[in-house]
Amino acid sequence: MKILKRSILIYIFLFFVWFLLTGFKAQELIAGSVVCLIITVIYNSKALAFEELRLTPKSLLYSILYAVIFLVELIKSNFDVASRVANPKLPIHPGIVKVRTKLKSKIGKLILANSITLTPGTLTVETRDEFFYIHWINISTDNIDDTSRQIVARFERYLEVIFG
Amino acid sequence: MAVLDILGAIITLIGSLFLLLGSIGILRMPDVYNRMQAGTKATTLGSMMFLLGLGISYIECGCIGRIVVLILFILFTNPISSHALARAAHHAGIKLADVSIRDCLKDDEQEQKGASV
Repeated sequence: MKILKRSILIYIFLFFVWFLLTGFKAQELIAGSVVCLIITVIYNSKALAFEELRLTPKSLLYSILYAVIFLVELIKSNFDVASRVANPKLPIHPGIVKVRTKLKSKIGKLILANSITLTPGTLTVETRDEFFYIHWINISTDNIDDTSRQIVARFERYLEVIFG
Repeated sequence: MAVLDILGAIITLIGSLFLLLGSIGILRMPDVYNRMQAGTKATTLGSMMFLLGLGISYIECGCIGRIVVLILFILFTNPISSHALARAAHHAGIKLADVSIRDCLKDDEQEQKGASV
């Protein structure tokens, strides 16, 4: 059952990328579907990342919400950087802080770290087990729990449902 | 078509403005980590908007799917590369700028060394 779910996800993913690359052409789509099937059969024991994805209606809804929130944060972070750079005083109070995450799955942690890097004023420098070391451009608190709430919590809520 | 041309041009222009601000940030920031911050965020959104604008301007060539693939690649790989660079810089012992408030990672590393000796 697990193998079947994984294979179907890999196949859909591969075929979607192929479709984006080639567009609506019958020949290309037929050739692509055959090649995707072969790749899925060969590699489905290695692509373990797909196993951790949960497929419930709630997780699909949360994925969409997550994408929207992420895009908003990305745009906000660009204006944040722009305003800091354009300000002649260069208002920064940087430093490396430590935060704790509740996520267990590897792919969830990867996406969380990537999202942190792209959100306002933070950059993931190192990950160790459940701790992330984050370069923060404007430190406002000393406490690890407060820091975690400010940086991690807004994404964690969604990723917890999607990946666990 | 003209409307799409103008829309694409505006999006491309905004994207290139973000890229410009990012490069000014790289010049103005005091140390490697802050520069990385300015570089990563501005280049990610900047190149995404740049590509999106191109895709809208040349929508008749049917390459919008390929541009979506490019945008996704940039979105997933850009933060990873800057994380790897920042991590390597920290391992190589590059210090934070003097304005920095603290460095938890360095403290923890020294603690570990102390424990193992």
